[in-house]
Amino acid sequence: MTTTQLPGGSAADGAPLQTVMPSRDDSHRLRKDAKRRSRLGSVVYHLGMLAVSAIVLYPAAWMFMSSLKPSSEIIGNVTLIPENGSLDNFATALSGIAGISFWTFFVNSLVIAVFSVVGVVASSAVAAYAFARIQYRGKKVWFALMVATMLLPFHVTIIPQYILFQNLGLINNFGALLIPKFLATEAFFVFLMIQFLRGIPRELDEAARIDGAGHVRVFGSIILPLLRPAMITAAIFTFIASWNDFLGPLLYLKRPDLYTLPVALRLFVDQTTTSDYGAQVAMAVLALIPVMIFFFVFQRYLIDGVATQGLKG
Amino acid sequence: MAPWLAGFFALTFGPMIASLYLSFTDYDLFGAPEFTGLENYQRLFADPQFIQSIKVTTLYVLLGTPIKLAAALAVAMLLNARRRGLGFYRSAFYAPSLVAASVSIAIVWKAMFIDDGVVDRSLQIFGIELGGWVGNQNMTMPMFILLAVWAFGGPMVIFLAGLKQVPTELYEAAEVDGAGRIRKFRNITLPMLSPVIFFNLLMETIGSFQVFASAFIISGGTGGPAGSTLFYTLYLYIRGFGDFRMGYASAMAWLLVIAVGLITILLFRSSKAWVHYQGDSR
Repeated sequence: MTTTQLPGGSAADGAPLQTVMPSRDDSHRLRKDAKRRSRLGSVVYHLGMLAVSAIVLYPAAWMFMSSLKPSSEIIGNVTLIPENGSLDNFATALSGIAGISFWTFFVNSLVIAVFSVVGVVASSAVAAYAFARIQYRGKKVWFALMVATMLLPFHVTIIPQYILFQNLGLINNFGALLIPKFLATEAFFVFLMIQFLRGIPRELDEAARIDGAGHVRVFGSIILPLLRPAMITAAIFTFIASWNDFLGPLLYLKRPDLYTLPVALRLFVDQTTTSDYGAQVAMAVLALIPVMIFFFVFQRYLIDGVATQGLKG
Repeated sequence: MAPWLAGFFALTFGPMIASLYLSFTDYDLFGAPEFTGLENYQRLFADPQFIQSIKVTTLYVLLGTPIKLAAALAVAMLLNARRRGLGFYRSAFYAPSLVAASVSIAIVWKAMFIDDGVVDRSLQIFGIELGGWVGNQNMTMPMFILLAVWAFGGPMVIFLAGLKQVPTELYEAAEVDGAGRIRKFRNITLPMLSPVIFFNLLMETIGSFQVFASAFIISGGTGGPAGSTLFYTLYLYIRGFGDFRMGYASAMAWLLVIAVGLITILLFRSSKAWVHYQGDSR
């Protein structure tokens, strides 16, 4: 910050001073006061915000530090920095559970997350196009039903869905987890894309329709490229949600070699009867790494995606 | 439209009807469903564990949601200033809401709040003896509420976007009239933000009814100690997929739908009195 000597020189504080035409000395003193006050305010503000950040980020810091500590140092200990730091916990976590490598769970999670992203983005985009651009009877009713499913607790469908997939022989099969994703059941993302499409001028695709392009062509060559930002938001959220999902894999995957990381983590917690918190926390860290990478890379999309969703809701 | 329709009928609407039917039956997945009329519902209301799960969930929704939203709004207002480093704070505060419901965080939470763990010991330094958290039936609810409040970033970002829409002229006009901070907050910020508050309230309330993974992990799937973490969805899971009493669990699921539906209707009704939409008189 530089202090300027000329009256009216600094944009923020200068304007009201000019109008009352104070003496050169007065204006200088006033501006210095204001600046000191705002600097003090700034310090107080940042101290406050850093305090909130410290509280919010403390569990994360504690998690990382604890993953480097032996279990005896974790419980009953308030120091954050490990005394005898080592990577032993990570070695234990990576060695796997019940003879199955950590990487098996990791790959299972990854496969399910990637296909979930493909399914949700593709099916939601098609459904959103139909809702936003195609005229047919009863559309309003369908739309209302679609929005209502956003509010519906999914527990009401989970039991019959389980029975259905069991009868289809899809227990111990990723299909039970992936089929719903390909059928646009995530109304939230359909809704997000419809809202986004409403912002795209209709003239664009109507012109193409007049030129003889069918719905498939209009969708593929006009709508899809324009819909990209909404699709990216949906993709990132779907990846993270699928990666964190616990109930779905818990219900449908009964064979440990098919487990995703969250279900494997739970098995690990159940099995470590001696409460090896160090290894549990290390495995929790490993399971969160992809989510953290996604967050750092895409935080702008994530935060803006939430913000627009909330406002248009 | 076609995939959504298929999905809607096969995976949402169809299952809803099926679950309604199952709720009037006795079904264990193996034999055929046996029609029992309202018996499941009658049993539910005589089931002390069911009553306990309603108590736990209601307490959690009633306490956790307002505290979380208040924290989200307070921090959003602080972030609505013109300061340096806002991007950092915004990201730091938002991050937990992405992972709070994950098994990883449930494990971390349990390890932090375990009796004699870091939280207990830290409080003891200040002379506060609570008698543990995870193993103390009176402290498990505060622990879950802290977990919910910790994830205030989701609603915060929505509040922040809402605050950016409030025209600054309104505040300037109020300042000319000599309004203080509290008056400006009550007479401008709250009414202008009311649609966003309504949205957050609705979403967070519905979300709070559905906590599962953290309750499952922290209590080891039991809802203990003394039923203090027997959240509704956990009890539904225990009955449906633990004991295979699918009819009973379906009845629970339908009662949840009715409860959530009623709360949604009530919120929408009440919103007419306190939610102000800009530029239209709905």
